[in-house]
Amino acid sequence: MNEPPTTNTAAAPLEMRDVTKRYPGAKTAAVDRLCLEVPAGEICVLVGPSGCGKTTAMRLVNRMIELTSGDILIDGVTVLKRDPSDLRREIGYVIQQIGLFPHITISANVGVVPQLLGWHKERIARRSADLLQLVGLPEEMGSRFPGQLSGGQRQRVGVARALAADPPLMLMDEPFGAIDPINREHLQNEFLRLQSAIRKTVVFVTHDIDEAIKMGDRIAILREGGELVQYDTPNEILAHPADDFVARFVGADRGLKRLALTRLADLDLIAAPCVRPGQPIGSVRNQLLPGTGVVLVDTDGHPLGEVPPDRLADGRVTDSDARTIGQTVTTAFTMREALSLMMTDSLRPLLVLDGEGRVAGYVSIELINRTLHDEAQHARRGSATGTR
Amino acid sequence: MSGAAVAAASGPVIPHYGTSDSCVLHNGAFCWHWFAQNWGSLFQPKLIQHVELTVIALVIGFAISFVLALAAHRRRWLAPPVTFVTSLLYTIPSLAAFEILVPITGLGSLTIEIPLISYTLLVLFTNTLAGLSGVSAEVRDAATGIGLTRRQMLTRVELPLALPTIVAGIRVATVTIISLATVAAYVGNEGLGQLIFDALHSNDFNTQFLGAGGLAILLALVADGFLVLTQRQLTPWATARRPV
Repeated sequence: MNEPPTTNTAAAPLEMRDVTKRYPGAKTAAVDRLCLEVPAGEICVLVGPSGCGKTTAMRLVNRMIELTSGDILIDGVTVLKRDPSDLRREIGYVIQQIGLFPHITISANVGVVPQLLGWHKERIARRSADLLQLVGLPEEMGSRFPGQLSGGQRQRVGVARALAADPPLMLMDEPFGAIDPINREHLQNEFLRLQSAIRKTVVFVTHDIDEAIKMGDRIAILREGGELVQYDTPNEILAHPADDFVARFVGADRGLKRLALTRLADLDLIAAPCVRPGQPIGSVRNQLLPGTGVVLVDTDGHPLGEVPPDRLADGRVTDSDARTIGQTVTTAFTMREALSLMMTDSLRPLLVLDGEGRVAGYVSIELINRTLHDEAQHARRGSATGTR
Repeated sequence: MSGAAVAAASGPVIPHYGTSDSCVLHNGAFCWHWFAQNWGSLFQPKLIQHVELTVIALVIGFAISFVLALAAHRRRWLAPPVTFVTSLLYTIPSLAAFEILVPITGLGSLTIEIPLISYTLLVLFTNTLAGLSGVSAEVRDAATGIGLTRRQMLTRVELPLALPTIVAGIRVATVTIISLATVAAYVGNEGLGQLIFDALHSNDFNTQFLGAGGLAILLALVADGFLVLTQRQLTPWATARRPV
């Protein structure tokens, strides 16, 4: 194959400068002097209650709605001087209701924009097939009609269509809003996986703060009247809401939501004292964490059991000294999941295993606490230099 | 045989053409033999004429309605006045319409076609406009959002999606016109209607009456079936179902 399945058009940074939209006769602006910079390759989530102008703000970018004042620049070039149709062909567009064309096949739907751009037939067919594969749909689905697909499949086609001409920027308006919760989570994960490969600049609109936290590299929280209240990383918004409105909007469980942002793999886990059967205890005895014992491991590092501190007296441990380890977690768990499990066992530290089931270390309530504190500081520094 | 000569005769007159068998002599319910014998000289030419009348009325009627519907689709305010005028035309009794035109356009094709065309306008205009406007808001939004111009929206999205509704209108118009065209023989001596009129008013011959009337019904059914099949071919998406 001459062309790679994914693409190479570089993502473009997006900048909104004092963007205002005021409808004739309306008392308040729909979007009010909105300033946003989205770095290339990042997902910026616009979130807020209904009527906050988030969808309007998004639709100003591809001129589905014309702005009243201000300017929007894609890769440093104003959108206002572009022909709207040409501009839109270079911007991926995904909406909640998807809006596939019911009268043409899935392949043809994916190929609409390349066709408008005058690509050759074979190139369009190849591109459609590659994209269906990329979004996880079987190739034979290309010859079906939209009416023959499930909601989740149609939404995948919607994403494929938006990516067809390899746009440097994507606009997504509640793309997973009409999907049932289980499939929604699945599609969210798939899109994040996809995004880690294609690295597009994405403007993502949702009213769901949990989705915003999950999908966003940055979150812009808007208030009624199109006013931007806070623009920051999910972690920073959860740790330091700018005002009461944001605090209420992200919810009183924002501390727990923050915990869900970090996986145990990202922590400096506490080293677990390990010995193999028959080995001397030696200095390991001094590394014990309160409430834990020594982990008995095989030669590959897989845990065999835990030796409680009171059985460590005689210098060497054997299989008979070990008792089964209770709950363990893996590095793929979030801090929130780990904490939840700890709470079922008097907040004792949990043994963490890596992807191969070997001992990776311990996670404790103190470690979680320390990490949250450090991250907040880190995030504050990061955002301070990132946005200005 | 001229209309005046026929009108002068009184009572049932068995036509002289063809060999007279007992069915014809006794004016039987339907004389297949006579029908077959006169197919080439009588029924087929009138059937073809009838098809011509119908096709011309449909083509011109559709052309006018389509242009009007496109205009009303672009400029919404046009729809009510156009609907009003076409409805008005539709309410004129067909015989009256033909009669009114005779002093102006004489006896002939033009006098027949004008009312026939005017009867197609309401249903063709209404259905075409409904089909074009019936495209869902999300499809429209997506089409605009990915960069279709208005013209591309019309040709690539709205017209293909309106096709089933447009064809539905054409079906109604076709059947209506085939039936109305029989009445048109009153002023033009054209089509299957002429045979029916002759049978009714002069010779009262059952076979000619039923043969011509039956052909008109058959023509309507065949035309309708043809349109249904054509639409299925053109819009495979409309009938495609999700595989179980």
